[in-house]
Amino acid sequence: MDVGGLLSVSLYEGLVFGLLTIGVYLTFRVLAFPDLGVDGSFPLGGAIAAVLIVAGANPFLATLAAFGSGLCAGLITGLLNTKLRISALLSGILMMVALYSVNLRIMGGGNVPLLRDVTSFDLVAQILGVRGGMALSIAFVLLVVAIFVTGLNWFLRTEIGLSLRATGDNEQMVRGLGASTNRNVLLGCAISNGLVALAGALVAQNQGFSDVGMGIGMIVMGLAAVIIGEGVFRPRGITSILLSCLGGTFLYRLFINIALRLGMAPGDLKLITAILVVVVLAIPFIRKKIRGEWMPPAARM
Amino acid sequence: MKTGEAKKPGILQLRGVRKVFARGTIDEVKALDGIDLVVYERDFITIIGSNGAGKSTLLNIVAGVYPPERGGRVVIGGVNVTNLKEYKRAAYVGRVWQQPEAGTARNLSIEENLSLALLRGQPRGLKLAINRQRRQLFREALAVLGLGLEDRLNTPVGTLSGGQRQALALVMATISRPTILLLDEHIATLDPKTAQTVLQLSDMIIEREKMTAIMVTHNMETALNYGNRLVMMHKGRIIVDIGEKDKKTLSVADLVTAFGRAAGEQFNDDSILLSDS
Repeated sequence: MDVGGLLSVSLYEGLVFGLLTIGVYLTFRVLAFPDLGVDGSFPLGGAIAAVLIVAGANPFLATLAAFGSGLCAGLITGLLNTKLRISALLSGILMMVALYSVNLRIMGGGNVPLLRDVTSFDLVAQILGVRGGMALSIAFVLLVVAIFVTGLNWFLRTEIGLSLRATGDNEQMVRGLGASTNRNVLLGCAISNGLVALAGALVAQNQGFSDVGMGIGMIVMGLAAVIIGEGVFRPRGITSILLSCLGGTFLYRLFINIALRLGMAPGDLKLITAILVVVVLAIPFIRKKIRGEWMPPAARM
Repeated sequence: MKTGEAKKPGILQLRGVRKVFARGTIDEVKALDGIDLVVYERDFITIIGSNGAGKSTLLNIVAGVYPPERGGRVVIGGVNVTNLKEYKRAAYVGRVWQQPEAGTARNLSIEENLSLALLRGQPRGLKLAINRQRRQLFREALAVLGLGLEDRLNTPVGTLSGGQRQALALVMATISRPTILLLDEHIATLDPKTAQTVLQLSDMIIEREKMTAIMVTHNMETALNYGNRLVMMHKGRIIVDIGEKDKKTLSVADLVTAFGRAAGEQFNDDSILLSDS
């Protein structure tokens, strides 16, 4: 087995999907807002970037626009929850379903090829005067991830960012201290979906096409990566949490890539991921069951 | 029997405050049934009453968790806050809840919790939430407790004991010097020894920071031993309001008698026949 290839592919994927994992982390863990709209905003980012690039826009700006489209999608999900009092889970699902149609409209079909167009990756290669390849892809996404993660790491330490982090922890307290939890939910959902759409835009450009179905199961992958990151790295403090999201994604992709090379059918990927998440989520329950401890009934809302 | 010292300005005024839950249904409850209360600057009022007397509802009205029924007025520090949402009147009201978990964020560190509390009711911006100057302030505020928390600023709050968390919640409720401090049965879930410690800390901080405070309690001893004024509630009304002079000579037995007499008077007004079960 080509270990170098395996590691570099996993590293690339760990970085680019790591953005998505951080987005999932922001909603699921920080806001305690299980936003399933991720499955829609990932292809939304891909669609926006692809269509703009095909129309001749600067690929960097197209990627940034994809980030912006995710911000808007997340904002709408947050508004459904905070203004119309629709449950977080349902708000995300509604957004995911709606975005499917929106993405088809944006792309004018189910698929937009980018093979003859200059993507961000091609442009970087041109600027540097080198040939594109895995090393360059890794370097470019590393730069993008570094910029966004540094920014997020700073933001989450600011006064606004801290009140956002406390919102999912103790909403009553945050309101009692005079911060609008609704505003924090909107902000968190927007940033989360922005990062997810950014990941979608990068993936679409790297694989050379955008596809309406490319978001299926992304939320489960993000969740799996969050859980793996927490379990393996046991982060404390916001910086280590963000890094553990990246690390968790890398380990998850490594695991998947090994399984694929060992002959797992690509179509089984989602099933394996789902089973992985089920197992990890069930561990605390099973552990308590063995010890004979009491567990509250499962939450349904 | 209202004996507040009328010379000082009223820092909190409740006028004709009513609150009805589940109106129009079979479960309709008059949680507050016409409350008039003036709290003067530096008052430390202990509120006592049986379950369902309306003590917590009263604090929720002051904090703005929900508004009173139409016609009621809530004025804090001269500002009419009757219809101001909870998060918009946070600058006026600091609160410690019954559950230690309620006043603190468990996944954040001690200093992060304090930083959130420091900006109570102020606009939050893109400045870093914690800097050296603030950290020094937190250390000093925590040192007052004498629990050694000032050396554990980076500890996640979730790993603290209930008493430590409640003491932290107390500092968080007072660090930004709100107009009024609400203590909502804040020692009820602690073990007796810890409860005593937190109670003494509360008293000390109120004295030290020269705060105006309202403390709800179930315990008559506590209600008598702390504060300068005692209010007893029953069925959504204030039935006893005793000032400092009378309070000093009062015993638990007197309190029970006062309760029986005041509650009895109310029964006469309300025609006991209808409410008898």
